[in-house]
Amino acid sequence: MSVPLTLLALLEREPSHGYDLKRDYDAYFGHGKQLPFGQVYATLGRLARDGKVVAGDTEPGDGPDRKRYAITKAGRNEVDAWLADAIEPEPHLQTVLFAKVTLALMLGRPAESYLDVQRAAHMRRMHELTRLKRSGGLVDVLLADHALFHLEADLRWIDTTTARLSELRDLVNGESR
Amino acid sequence: MTGGNNYMIEARDVRKSFGRTPALRGATVAAAPGEILAIMGPSGSGKSTLLHCLAGIFRPDSGEVRLAGTRLDDRSEAVRTRLRRTHFGFVFQFGQLVPELTAADNVALPLLLNRVNRKSAYAAAATWLDRLGLSGKDRRRTGELSGGEAQRVAVARALTLRPKVIFADEPTGSLDTLTGEKVMDLLTGLAREQGSTVVLITHDSRVAAYADRVVLVRDGVVSADLGAKAVPL
Repeated sequence: MSVPLTLLALLEREPSHGYDLKRDYDAYFGHGKQLPFGQVYATLGRLARDGKVVAGDTEPGDGPDRKRYAITKAGRNEVDAWLADAIEPEPHLQTVLFAKVTLALMLGRPAESYLDVQRAAHMRRMHELTRLKRSGGLVDVLLADHALFHLEADLRWIDTTTARLSELRDLVNGESR
Repeated sequence: MTGGNNYMIEARDVRKSFGRTPALRGATVAAAPGEILAIMGPSGSGKSTLLHCLAGIFRPDSGEVRLAGTRLDDRSEAVRTRLRRTHFGFVFQFGQLVPELTAADNVALPLLLNRVNRKSAYAAAATWLDRLGLSGKDRRRTGELSGGEAQRVAVARALTLRPKVIFADEPTGSLDTLTGEKVMDLLTGLAREQGSTVVLITHDSRVAAYADRVVLVRDGVVSADLGAKAVPL
């Protein structure tokens, strides 16, 4: 799960304070484990250093959360590339895939197309493994079977999520702001 | 009426409704000679209707179906039936075998219908049954065979005429994992060996992984092409 890319994508909706970003991150992607404030500000600092966000002027008041951060063009490009790219097909991808789908829906991006890109990457890997089973020995076959069952589970999740996209879109757009 | 491309089987903007219910809303898909194409999609997406239109079983309400560039959809029922017998093979999940007939009878049947003499037809059937690991089962009625054996008889029957296109609709749907794998190994391996195109309908990604290319059907249209594979199986 990439915290910098997720925060960057959340900033694409609108400029935000670190506190707001942490609240949204915890609500959608924390899965019961909160993101420490220190990590939020350290990440925002690195993103600002790399030119992917800019920090606004310090606002009057107490506490550390006195800057509003905004995404830059370079940051937007990075979010674009991340969302559209398939993840390397390997087991246990749901956390990252879930984050990408949710953020795509928040940002009005084509989540269904992104899932199709991932589906294609998975099918390519499954085809390679099926090929390996034909040419390999029993140990290769058993290892390939294990990987194939995990990839199949991912694909079932992708299918089900595709069927539930409009429901998820309503949820994230109703609660994300 | 031939098209200007090199596809073996092709549907262009095919629409088909049953009563007021549209099953296909402009589906376009094509498979190259020798290609193994999997069509996936949720239940009710129209994938089986698309296969039936490609195979000339259903006539589309509009759009075109072409076999090796030649229109198929505008031919009479009699011509389409003849083309199906001579150019196509079929493997379905259930029911395409005659249970009262023996395995050899079932495999020889397409040859006999195409006026191959009885001796040659049964010799060819024996060869195919042997290749599919069913030697010794040729005199068994297919109703007495296990699901995997019966499906291998169905594969033998589909291949026996060396068809241009084999249509397979959920060919492993009633089989366990290992038996289904064996059927898919045989179906795709032998089809590739003789250069037949395969159009495979499946909801099972492990079965689709045998294909060179996978397309998705959603709401009656082909909504995504998951791309050609670099290396055929």
